[in-house]
Amino acid sequence: MNKLDQALVRELQKGLPLVSRPFLAIAQKLRLSEAEVLAKVQEFIDRGIIRRFGAAVRHQDLGYVANAMVVWQVPDERVREAGRIMASFPEVTHCYERVCAPGWPYNLYTVIHGQTEEQCRETAARLAAAAGLTDYLVLFSTAELKKSSMKYFLEET
Amino acid sequence: MLDELDKRLLNLVQTRLPVAPEPYRELARELGIAEEEVIGRLRQLIEKKVIRRLGAIFDSRKVGYKGTLCAFKVPPERIAEVAAEVNRHPGVTHNYLRDHEYNMWFTVLAGSEAGLNKIVEEIKERTGINEYLLLPAVNIFKIRVNFDLA
Repeated sequence: MNKLDQALVRELQKGLPLVSRPFLAIAQKLRLSEAEVLAKVQEFIDRGIIRRFGAAVRHQDLGYVANAMVVWQVPDERVREAGRIMASFPEVTHCYERVCAPGWPYNLYTVIHGQTEEQCRETAARLAAAAGLTDYLVLFSTAELKKSSMKYFLEET
Repeated sequence: MLDELDKRLLNLVQTRLPVAPEPYRELARELGIAEEEVIGRLRQLIEKKVIRRLGAIFDSRKVGYKGTLCAFKVPPERIAEVAAEVNRHPGVTHNYLRDHEYNMWFTVLAGSEAGLNKIVEEIKERTGINEYLLLPAVNIFKIRVNFDLA
């Protein structure tokens, strides 16, 4: 990323300004035109640098109070298949393959959101059946100690 | 509490904000309300912290950042103190307690591999916790945090 890209990331991560022409407001700060900012944002979306252009919503406030991380032990040759199957479930918000560690054989991770713990356990059982897996742990979160959005390139300011 | 219009607005904006000169006017048209009402409601939802961020949600890897998930085994009586040390780092974006002997699960992001190692080393050194897992991702199959509010 060049300096200008980084400067745009810094502006965007403050949140889209709540004014009628928000991209114009950003453009004026960066000495660009509104059209240039719009084109750059679209380019970031097309390149996947911006994963989503929308609102990040706190789900606890919406009744999705239970959150479980389910860790799965999957034979290496089946990880991709199992990952794709689990990703297709709407209750699964995150699905990652991660490295194992000594004494920790789990290599596939899913985050499940539900309205109750029971609902999360049921979802985990359905995932297990769908992917043909039996070795897993359901780890419920008992407290949220921190949740923030990353601020990139702040060392430049 | 959220009313029906808030829910419709949230359903709309959590999926997609228009990349257009007047994005709020476009949302207003879709909802059949005034642009000022869209802006006013969004401002309130941000103030009430229902919306954590409006606009760009970045893919940390494509921005060029490195990250890992960490799980630490923290004695119950030390949780507050260790959490304070862990959470003080801006690169720690999420930290949850979970019901397992590895009880503190947090994610760390940094601009380089070296920067990432430095943060993890500093946390280990300053807390003295020596039972931990470092679990960087090797494949991402899904990241999606939209919820249907209907």
